[in-house]
Amino acid sequence: MFLAQATLNTGAIAADIDYRVLDDLIEDLKGDPENLIMLLQAVQRKYNYLPEPALEYISAKLTIPLSRIYGIATFYAMFSLEPRGKNIVSICLGTACHVRGAERIKEHLEKHLGIGAGQTTQDMRFTLETVRCIGCCSLGPAVNINDKTFARMDPDRMAGVLKDYE
Amino acid sequence: MRIKSREDLLAVGKKALDQLYNPPVLKMNIGMASCGIAAGARASREKALRLSESEGFIVSDAGCIGFCEQEPLIDMLSPGMPRVMFKQVTEDRLEDVLEAYRAGRFDHKSVLGRMKHPESIIGEVVGLTPGASQSNGGIPELESIPFYSKQYKIALRNCGYMDPASIDQYIARGGYFGLFECLGEKDPGRIIDIVTASGLRGRGGGGFPTGRKWATARHAPGEPKNIICNADEGDPGAYMDRSVLEGDPHSVLEGMVIGAYAVGASQGFIYVRNEYPLAVVRLVGAIKQAERYGLLGDNIIGSGFNFHIKISTGAGAFVCGESTALMRSLEGRVGRPRAKYIHTVEKGYHNLPSVLNNVETWANVPAVIMKGAEWYASFGTEKSKGTKVFSLVGKIKNTGLVEVPMGTPLREIIYDVGGGILKNRKFKAVQTGGPSGGCLPESLMDIPVDYERLSAAGSMMGSGGMIVMDQDTCMVDVARYFLQFLEEESCGQCVPCREGIKQLLRILTDICAGKGKDGDIELLEELALTVNGLSLCALGGTASNPVMSTLRYFRDEYVSHIYDKKCRAGVCKGLFSYAINPDKCTGCRLCAIKCPNEAVGGEKKKPHSIDQDKCIQCRICYESCKFDAVEIK
Repeated sequence: MFLAQATLNTGAIAADIDYRVLDDLIEDLKGDPENLIMLLQAVQRKYNYLPEPALEYISAKLTIPLSRIYGIATFYAMFSLEPRGKNIVSICLGTACHVRGAERIKEHLEKHLGIGAGQTTQDMRFTLETVRCIGCCSLGPAVNINDKTFARMDPDRMAGVLKDYE
Repeated sequence: MRIKSREDLLAVGKKALDQLYNPPVLKMNIGMASCGIAAGARASREKALRLSESEGFIVSDAGCIGFCEQEPLIDMLSPGMPRVMFKQVTEDRLEDVLEAYRAGRFDHKSVLGRMKHPESIIGEVVGLTPGASQSNGGIPELESIPFYSKQYKIALRNCGYMDPASIDQYIARGGYFGLFECLGEKDPGRIIDIVTASGLRGRGGGGFPTGRKWATARHAPGEPKNIICNADEGDPGAYMDRSVLEGDPHSVLEGMVIGAYAVGASQGFIYVRNEYPLAVVRLVGAIKQAERYGLLGDNIIGSGFNFHIKISTGAGAFVCGESTALMRSLEGRVGRPRAKYIHTVEKGYHNLPSVLNNVETWANVPAVIMKGAEWYASFGTEKSKGTKVFSLVGKIKNTGLVEVPMGTPLREIIYDVGGGILKNRKFKAVQTGGPSGGCLPESLMDIPVDYERLSAAGSMMGSGGMIVMDQDTCMVDVARYFLQFLEEESCGQCVPCREGIKQLLRILTDICAGKGKDGDIELLEELALTVNGLSLCALGGTASNPVMSTLRYFRDEYVSHIYDKKCRAGVCKGLFSYAINPDKCTGCRLCAIKCPNEAVGGEKKKPHSIDQDKCIQCRICYESCKFDAVEIK
């Protein structure tokens, strides 16, 4: 099964779904299939990824084919079908940050964490992602860790910053 | 309370005037937009709040005033004192800066300038002005410093000058008076005439005449009609819209209500990219406030006109900035564009008439209404009227958001406003228009910013991203970078885009890796024409622009990569090496200490050298050397 395969990669145990919470999220968005993208965003905020059972439940409740939900989950870059690490490190590779050396920060982080962009460390501590522009172009290169933005980063400082995250 | 008359509105505005311009005690306005926060403003704010408990001054938030390089920015005003903007006020410097302000000590190291004109261009029209002028203090005016002196703020008129979470302050700066003017207009067609006469063109990049778009929607059959705000701002390097949404969300709401009334729409959407969480927070708050005052929702200002706005978030897809894809996304579907022989203005969201405009376009609308079409058209060139906001970023000294009249030459923006190249290195190119745009060299720096002129030169205005590149930027790598971006973001529907971009990228990647061959340039040119000419939507339709413009103006770099296997900018690994010039090296050992691989050797105070076997080309030595002794070979 395509989604079960995904969790085998990280060895992480799939999330325990509380269907009443899902019901609340669905109700907040009025059970409207047009709000599907925002619903999936809410689910990902809760579980840190999109667990397959949650998607199946939404498919049934909103009468949307699972294939369509899969299409949305794989089209839009923010969604992850695999469990992600506790801390999401998001390197901005926008043009302004690129011109100021963001690629070097990415290489340095990949080396330091031992994973590539899009992957999660074995201990589930960090997931490394890339994003094309978070809008802090004047203060590039920028790196987001969870919801905090670090400006004017360089490879030197990265290791020090990561130490603060468990 | 619901606002029902212009008098009600004026009363709300008058009450908030003192908050804005004449607080009873010292007031600190802290720039709390995303750039300010990234620079440390949150910590400064927390400290300010702690201090204010015992010292009794007012702490308030403000949006981004544009000079992001100098964030955190804090402006202070106090009865009888000049109003001063301080720069780089991180938490550790806050107390000293506060004390200095109180003592009347204005040190140029911490002062950016005295805010001489905090008033609003619309506020003046309705009689809501600061009143008493403040003292001078002998401090240079903020508006006269090089970064600001050539700017004129229309879209950014309120950003940094008010608390974005306060609708009262927005009203005190002339906000929502435009809405009253328009909803009192019996013939909505007249509103469209004003917008058309102003010459306002879409600021998202398309540059389509806004009035004409509205007129088509007004006459298109189908109900309900829709007003959509494109806040997807996907161009990397551009963040103008983010600033407007975080600093002045009401300007967008007001613009949308005016547009809705003009066109006959009853539902509105703001599609915000999910990478802008603070913008979403501000918008949600602003919508609630406007609804509470009766300026949005049912029976707006008692006129019987209904218009509701819903916020929808993007989920990380650049292509959803394209109008047809955006509307698919609004419908909860995958964002795949469709062919536009029938325009979205006639059949858009759910195949209904939909007016989609960019954030900056909407933000201009209230100003156009209140100051008049003639006033707006007095700025700019013959075909490009008004002002444009640019995000001036990259290898430039004064990075930030700048709003200049159309027609300002690129040279002035980069050298006068931008202060020239970082570290005084040599200018090489300026990239405008995002992945759909192109790179312009030094020889074209006198081009005025104007839709037609930029397109003729091989670039385009785009949404406003203006990325400055210097001698250390490899133009082949820039083309490769944009294609890599577009390959990831392509929706995959049509062959020219899906397959064409992939092949263009493959050739460029090979060239950057030293595997370029004879015939590659000709192949790139041929492919580029196919991709641009035959793709379904504008993503593919402009995908070749970075390649074509760099081939046009920087062909020698391609030749150098392919035939000499050399990257003279020192970017493409393996195609250059770093070497220390013995005539310039002082033996200070800074590079040796910083080198992560211990590749730099030599005796103290004597010229050093780089061991090429150990060098990983990370560039740290090149960036750290204070004597320009590390050279690219």
